[in-house]
Amino acid sequence: MSTPIDYLLHLADNAVVLGQRNAEWCGHGPILEEDLALANVSLDLIGQARLLYQRAAELMGGDATEDKLAYFRDAHQFRNYTLLELPHHGPLVGYAAADRDYATTIVRNFLYSTLMVLVWDKLLQSKDASLAAIAAKSLKEASYHLHHSRDWLVRLGDGTEESHARVQAAVNHLMPYTEEFWTTSPAEGAAVAAGVGIDVWALRPEWDAMVNEALEEATLTRPNFHGYVTEGKVGLHSEHLSYLLGEMQGLARAHPNATW
Amino acid sequence: MSSNVDKVWATLEHLTDPEIPVVTLRELGILRDVRETADGVEVVITPTYSGCPAMGQIEDDVRASLEQAGIAARVITQLAPAWTTDWMSDEAKEKLRKYGIAPPHHTPKDVSVVKFVRRADTAPVACPLCGSTHTVVTSQFGSTACKALYRCLSCQEPFDYFKPY
Ligand SMILES: [Zn+2]
Repeated sequence: MSTPIDYLLHLADNAVVLGQRNAEWCGHGPILEEDLALANVSLDLIGQARLLYQRAAELMGGDATEDKLAYFRDAHQFRNYTLLELPHHGPLVGYAAADRDYATTIVRNFLYSTLMVLVWDKLLQSKDASLAAIAAKSLKEASYHLHHSRDWLVRLGDGTEESHARVQAAVNHLMPYTEEFWTTSPAEGAAVAAGVGIDVWALRPEWDAMVNEALEEATLTRPNFHGYVTEGKVGLHSEHLSYLLGEMQGLARAHPNATW
Repeated sequence: MSSNVDKVWATLEHLTDPEIPVVTLRELGILRDVRETADGVEVVITPTYSGCPAMGQIEDDVRASLEQAGIAARVITQLAPAWTTDWMSDEAKEKLRKYGIAPPHHTPKDVSVVKFVRRADTAPVACPLCGSTHTVVTSQFGSTACKALYRCLSCQEPFDYFKPY
């Protein structure tokens, strides 16, 4: 069985969408060190996305390229988790673009990188040798992303009354979106059957343990959730993705094949 | 046969990293192999961090040097096995230290990356200026993804630490 393209796109779209989101902090970070950190995390994620798009384009053949996959697909063709396209707006702040909430950024990076450390570790065994090679690099990078976000989660959670309240609000806001991790999309099912992908469900106990341990250290409470499960990974997105793609794809679409 | 390979090595041996000009691409493990194939000589390079912006520059430098020397060789980017800071020679690490960058510790051998993440901080990082291990991390990402920002509590100097990868 061959590698399902949609599975590679799912992994690539996750990385590129979060990379693009985090890059919004570039030049606007709360402190200089964090401005640099977020820019570097974004570079890693966009680099991972490039490798994955290159692999997908290679399998698609024809005139497929990494740039076409990143810049010339529309929102409904993206396969990323809804969690990753949400703006940096915590529920405590308004909806103006300038109102970025760093707690939301940190919590999202923490929840996602905890998952990806486990996912990349398992993908080292993928039957797709290219994907296994990308996983080996991405695992090292994701571990630093987790170090970074976990460290700030604890600092903010176990910090001042204000920082605690904001990071708790971000946890309450974002945790429901992680339910999407645990459903199996057709692409994920096909990838598991082909020995290329991994059964994410099997990672849940370890993810739960890592998340709970960090939340406890951060003196934060994990909210209970029973409700709607988002489906970004099958192409059903929130309204936020189109705006993000508009910014990311605008230049490439206005000036196709431009180089600089 | 091998003289072609030797010529390529001789041409590329002294190319340095665009961001850390005291170490060569070969010492960093980025310039990985030069080999004779049925289609001619192949130069194998490997990316460091997936998003490292210096990789484009490095590939251009390699191609330009080959062209300048009048050598026709293909440049191939290879991902596996993944680049690791463990490939850096002791000599290269010493050059980094003298340049003011604390060289990377060895990556943990017996622990999986997943477990490594959950462990508290690892061995102390020595200040490249005074040698003190009384140092603290300021930020886990410095000017580039491959470096963390540290501060020495003995001599008060801030410095970069090349992170294990
Ligand atoms: Zn010192």
